[in-house]
Amino acid sequence: MSLKNKLHILKRKYRSKKMAPAFNALHTFLYLPNETTHNGTHIKAADDLKRTMNTVIMAMVPCLLFGMFNAGYQHHLALGEIQSVTGGLFSAEFWTLDNFMVGFWKIIPLVIVSYGVGLLIEFIFAIINKHEVEEGYLVTGMLVPLIVPIDIPLWMLAVAVVFGVVIGKEVFGGTGMNILNPALTIRAFLFFAYPTWMSGDKVWVHGAVERDQAIAGGQNLDAISGETILGALAQSKEVAYSTVDMFLGFIPGSVGETSTLLIILGGLFLVFSKIGSWRIMLSSVIGAIVMGLIFNQVVASGWIPESSNFYGLMSAPFWEHLIIGGFAFGTVFMATDPVTASQTNKGKWIYGFLVGFISIMIRVFNPAYPEGVMLAILLMNVFAPTIDHYVVQGNVKKRMKRVKVKTA
Amino acid sequence: MSNDIRIKKGLDIKLVGEAEKTVEQAVISNYCTIRPEDFHGVIPKLVAKEGTTVKAGGVLFFDKSEEAIKFLSPVSGKIVEVVRGPKRRIDAIKIQADKAQAFEDFGVFNVDAAKPEAVKAHLLAAGCWPFVKQRPYDVIANPASSPKAIFISGYASAPLAADLDFTLKGKEAELQAAVSALGKLTEGKVHVSVGKNANSPLAGLNGITLHKVSGPHPSGNVGTLINKVDPVNKGEVVWTVNAQDLVIIGELLLTGKFNAERIVALVGSSVEKPRYFKTIAGSEIATLIYDKGVSKGGNDRIISGNVLTGKQIRPDGSLDFYSNVVSVIPEGDDYELFGWNKPVFNKVSTSRALTFSWLNPKKKYDLNTNTNGEHRAFVTTGTYEEVFPLDIFPMQILKACMYQDLDEMEALGMYEVAPEDFALTEFVCVSKQPHQKIIREGLDLMIKEIG
Repeated sequence: MSLKNKLHILKRKYRSKKMAPAFNALHTFLYLPNETTHNGTHIKAADDLKRTMNTVIMAMVPCLLFGMFNAGYQHHLALGEIQSVTGGLFSAEFWTLDNFMVGFWKIIPLVIVSYGVGLLIEFIFAIINKHEVEEGYLVTGMLVPLIVPIDIPLWMLAVAVVFGVVIGKEVFGGTGMNILNPALTIRAFLFFAYPTWMSGDKVWVHGAVERDQAIAGGQNLDAISGETILGALAQSKEVAYSTVDMFLGFIPGSVGETSTLLIILGGLFLVFSKIGSWRIMLSSVIGAIVMGLIFNQVVASGWIPESSNFYGLMSAPFWEHLIIGGFAFGTVFMATDPVTASQTNKGKWIYGFLVGFISIMIRVFNPAYPEGVMLAILLMNVFAPTIDHYVVQGNVKKRMKRVKVKTA
Repeated sequence: MSNDIRIKKGLDIKLVGEAEKTVEQAVISNYCTIRPEDFHGVIPKLVAKEGTTVKAGGVLFFDKSEEAIKFLSPVSGKIVEVVRGPKRRIDAIKIQADKAQAFEDFGVFNVDAAKPEAVKAHLLAAGCWPFVKQRPYDVIANPASSPKAIFISGYASAPLAADLDFTLKGKEAELQAAVSALGKLTEGKVHVSVGKNANSPLAGLNGITLHKVSGPHPSGNVGTLINKVDPVNKGEVVWTVNAQDLVIIGELLLTGKFNAERIVALVGSSVEKPRYFKTIAGSEIATLIYDKGVSKGGNDRIISGNVLTGKQIRPDGSLDFYSNVVSVIPEGDDYELFGWNKPVFNKVSTSRALTFSWLNPKKKYDLNTNTNGEHRAFVTTGTYEEVFPLDIFPMQILKACMYQDLDEMEALGMYEVAPEDFALTEFVCVSKQPHQKIIREGLDLMIKEIG
């Protein structure tokens, strides 16, 4: 008897049992279910939620792999064991097995903890609520490891995932019902609960924190600096990386968000496959450019002294904001989450624009934590239903006007 | 003068098994079954008791809440069974057909000389009223209402739909009589749509406003026509009639006979030789599907109607009252290994998420009834809008129906829609939500609460 038939018999056997959702979740990963339509449309399109989520994950895989190489590269570079890259994207110093293995052994545990803890909670809630396990966490689980610093302790990640999934999603009713992007809720929790692990110039390079502690313990070593570009700009320091490095991603940062090039590729894939909203991505970039230009204009007009706290970030050319920090990653993978973004097409333009606009604003005006994308998206998540409300009201008003014209 | 309506948003689902343009006389059905559930919202009051005999055109039952609306027998014969469900609800009335058919004579009706009230009374008495539907609510029209316009779609854009240009050919006289009669019942216009490049017998009628539609399905839906021409506002009513039913109305007016005969297309990938049949509403489906049709005992879905909006029927079931197409497609009750992530070439999709139907837009597909995934909460956005041409927010109105907010349903345009308008959004729905059912229940709630 084939595996297919065996599983079918098991599924029937456990149909009304408590653990049925857990069994079905695993079963449907192996086989597309044998469910048929009843009334309504007798045929259905090929796409389901699993396919949709899988497409987003595929778009993130290049970022994940690059993140592994980059983790090792930044580590070895900071220790002075290798030279910085010179030959562009295909530099031999970067794509070494050694670099990859350092990152692999640091990042895979993050992925396992993120998925393990998150899916466990999803399964528990599905069993308690007696509904099927929904696929929302598949994307969240991949996003989380990509947006945290590499050395984040695993227990912290686990605590944050529990918080993010339960408070960010399940209390609202699970996938499709949440207000805030769960991955960003997880990150925001880490950010406010464990700020020393989430910002500063030590956390972005593997080994930097450890080294710091060793120095504090009296050992005679050189400290490693792993300052991000945003961090440097916020303190009006000289940036040590070239524009090409920033664009290709040979810079310190959260695990998977450094390579703008690969993020753009992922974004194009999402737009092409019609899974990601091009409206949000495009309008977010426009919003960021507008805000960047405004700040550049302020600097050019001499309205702000060079001694100001904000000068460094304000004077950064507007286009540089697009390739540093988490802006590109947030725009492509986080702002486009269909559940928490605006749901109407017109609303998406407004929502995306404001995400970009506010990201850069927070970035510049909050130099203590110079990454504004997370907070900007969370803020706009909250406002998205309001934006939609007004867009929908436009349609409603049109309908009421029609009646008035008639009766007048 | 004609007006062009071009639809951009939508989706043509091309399927294997289009009917060849030949008409066969179907085997005469021994039994004719009328199911009150075909007439949504009607509570039947039985007239023809079990054991009595009726002529074709004899009254079977009438609507309890609107007694003038009568439902007639399509054949002459003996009522052999009244099938009842829970609480003695009438599920079906089964008539054994006589060998020689006798018709009630309603008399030839002179449309041109008749007053609107006389036309209405005649259609009611002669059983043609159930063909007239109304919006809001997509139910049989209330004869007391006065519609601001009447809409007829003469363009069938649904997958594997019967080609109306073909089935209505040669019926100009009947169509004209029916349209003239209906025209008397409204102060407004009779709007008729035909395909842009079609050669429709409807195009030449007098007393109509002609619209030429083009673009993907649902360009042929009457709901799309209404929305583009003259949307229904609160307090207004429009009536709609299926083009193929005009023939029955027309024949009644011209000859005095209620002849529920129509040309039905037998289509679908499970059918050996898809073609057209001449048959009578309520006929046993077995008289159509087995001769050069489907294999007996095959694992197929038989649908009275098209694959998007039709009703599933059993092999011993019968054609429903309104359908002019019978679709037979394979059942999809099987598992598919890694079906959720492997590249898909043999199914239709509007996305390009490793689904490749965009590569070959002309290809005809052999789709089965598998849902291709499980029921989920609404997640993705923007997918419905791509296939929904009405000026309405589809997801928002569906959600309003689900949480039963009457004010919001009204504000978002519930008066304008029918379940069939949401067939395509249901087809593409990633979360596999039953859109048509949600809308139907929403409309029923509004009838109950608002009336």
